[in-house]
Amino acid sequence: MANSMLACLSQDQPFPLPKVLTHWSSAPATLITQGAEGRLYKTTHLLPSRPCALKYRPPKPYRHPILDARLTKARLASEAKVLERCRREGVPVPAVYAIDAAAGWMMIEWIEGIPVRVGINTWLGERVDTEENEEGEQPAERGDNDNAAAPLVDLMKRIGATIGALHKTGIVHGDLTTSNMMLKPASPVEEIQPNGHPETENKAKALQGDVILIDFGLATQSQSDEDRAVDLYVLERAFASTHPRAEKLFDAVLQAYKETFTKASSVLVRLEDVRMRGRKRSMLG
Amino acid sequence: MSLEKLQLEHIPLEYQVYLGLFRNVANADFLHKQLLSRNSEFEYAFIDASTIISRIHLLSAVYSAINSLLNGSLRTPNVHSEIVMSLNTNNNISDAYRRWGITPGKTRDLVVVKVILPPNSTANQNLSQTQTPDEQTIYGHLEQHVQGTPTPVTDEELAQTTDWAKVRKYYRLNGIQSLDKISDEREKRKQCESLVIVGMALRGL
Repeated sequence: MANSMLACLSQDQPFPLPKVLTHWSSAPATLITQGAEGRLYKTTHLLPSRPCALKYRPPKPYRHPILDARLTKARLASEAKVLERCRREGVPVPAVYAIDAAAGWMMIEWIEGIPVRVGINTWLGERVDTEENEEGEQPAERGDNDNAAAPLVDLMKRIGATIGALHKTGIVHGDLTTSNMMLKPASPVEEIQPNGHPETENKAKALQGDVILIDFGLATQSQSDEDRAVDLYVLERAFASTHPRAEKLFDAVLQAYKETFTKASSVLVRLEDVRMRGRKRSMLG
Repeated sequence: MSLEKLQLEHIPLEYQVYLGLFRNVANADFLHKQLLSRNSEFEYAFIDASTIISRIHLLSAVYSAINSLLNGSLRTPNVHSEIVMSLNTNNNISDAYRRWGITPGKTRDLVVVKVILPPNSTANQNLSQTQTPDEQTIYGHLEQHVQGTPTPVTDEELAQTTDWAKVRKYYRLNGIQSLDKISDEREKRKQCESLVIVGMALRGL
C-alpha cells in the first residue's frame, strides 16, 4: 500500500527517484532543489523522527559508465571527507549519516532554519517598510545608522568567524554565498524575549541562529592565501549582488575573519589583488 | 520480554529487523563457536555491546548492511556478518569481527540483530532458511541458547554497557580538541555519535 502511494507520488516528480528512495519509507521524499551536478531531497534516516537531506548525483548518460561511476564516487567521497574534517575540527557543518558512493547518494543531517540570504532579505525588507513609512529616508543611507544595523553587523561577524574557523582547518569552501549558509535556530532556551513590538521581534528573529555552512560540493583542501582570498571574494561579490544594501557592512565579515584566523592578514592582502583582477588568476577559460 | 521489531526507513517492508540485548552473557564461547562453524541455525549478528554507543549507531550499521544486500554488494558471506563489518571504519573483515563481534571470554553484554529476508529474494539463495520464522520462534531460540539477561535495547541500557576507551580507539576519537572543549556531557556524546557514524559511512572511500 505504502509502495503504491510512493509510486503515485513519484509520477508527479519531475525526475525519476533514485533507487534508494523507491524503497518503503514512512513519508515520501520531497525534492528540495536541483543543482548542476545533483539533486537534493528531504527525507528520513533510519527513523521517521530523524530528518535528513539526501544528496543525489545521477549518472550522466553522456559519460562513459566506468568514468562516470568513478567521478561520482570521487566527488561524493571528497565532499564527505571535507564534512568529516570540519566536524572533527568543530566547524559548524551538517553531519554525514550514510553514503552509497556506487549509487551516487549521501545522506546528511537536515539543518532546520532558513538560508542566510532569506534572513538578510527578510530583515532588510522589513526595515524598508518601517523606515520609509516613518521617516521617508533614502535606502542608500540606511547603513549609516550603526544602531539600527547592529543585528546585521552581528550576523556578518558570525559569518566571518565561521569562515575563519573553516580556513583554519585547511579547507576552502569554493562556493561561498549567502545561500550556502543556513541560520539554524538556537536551542529554545535562548529564544528572544517578546518585547511587545511584533515587527522588531520578527526583524531580530530573521537574523538569529547559528551559522551553518552547507554544500561542500566544490570544497578543496588548500592552505594557500590565493584560494582563501578567492573564497572571500566570491562571498563579497555574492553579497554585492544579492544584498546590495548590506554591501557596506561586508567589512564586519572581514574583521571577524581576522580575529578568528591567525593567518588572515596575508589573505586580506591577497584579497586586494583578487579584487583588482577578478576570481581567475589566469586569463584562460 | 521479547525482541524488538523495527521497520527502518528506505528498507523494503518485506525485510524485518529484530533487535535484542542480553546482559551478563555466560556462554560467549559457545555462541562464538556456532558462528565459526557456520551453524545455519545461528544466523544472527552478535555484537559486543561495549562497542555500541547508541541505537542510532547500531541502526546505522544495520541499514548500511541491508543497503549493501539490496545492491548486491555484500563484502562478507551474509547480511549478519555485514552488520558487524559495517561497524568498522575500514575494510578489514577479521578486524571487524574481533573488535565488534562476539569474543570468547570477553564479551559480557551482547547485542543481537536478526534480519528476516523475503522468502524468494535472490539474496536468500545461499541461506538455509526456507520459511520465514516468526518473532516467537526467533526469541525462543535465542532464549534457549543465550545464557544472559534479556534487556530492552534502549539508549540508556546501551550507554551503560559502552566501553568508551574502546570506542575512542576504534573510531579514532582521541585527541580531538573540539570534543575535549565540550563541557556538556550530553552534547559531547552527541558529537561522538556523529563522528562515529561518519567514520562508518566513509568506510572504504
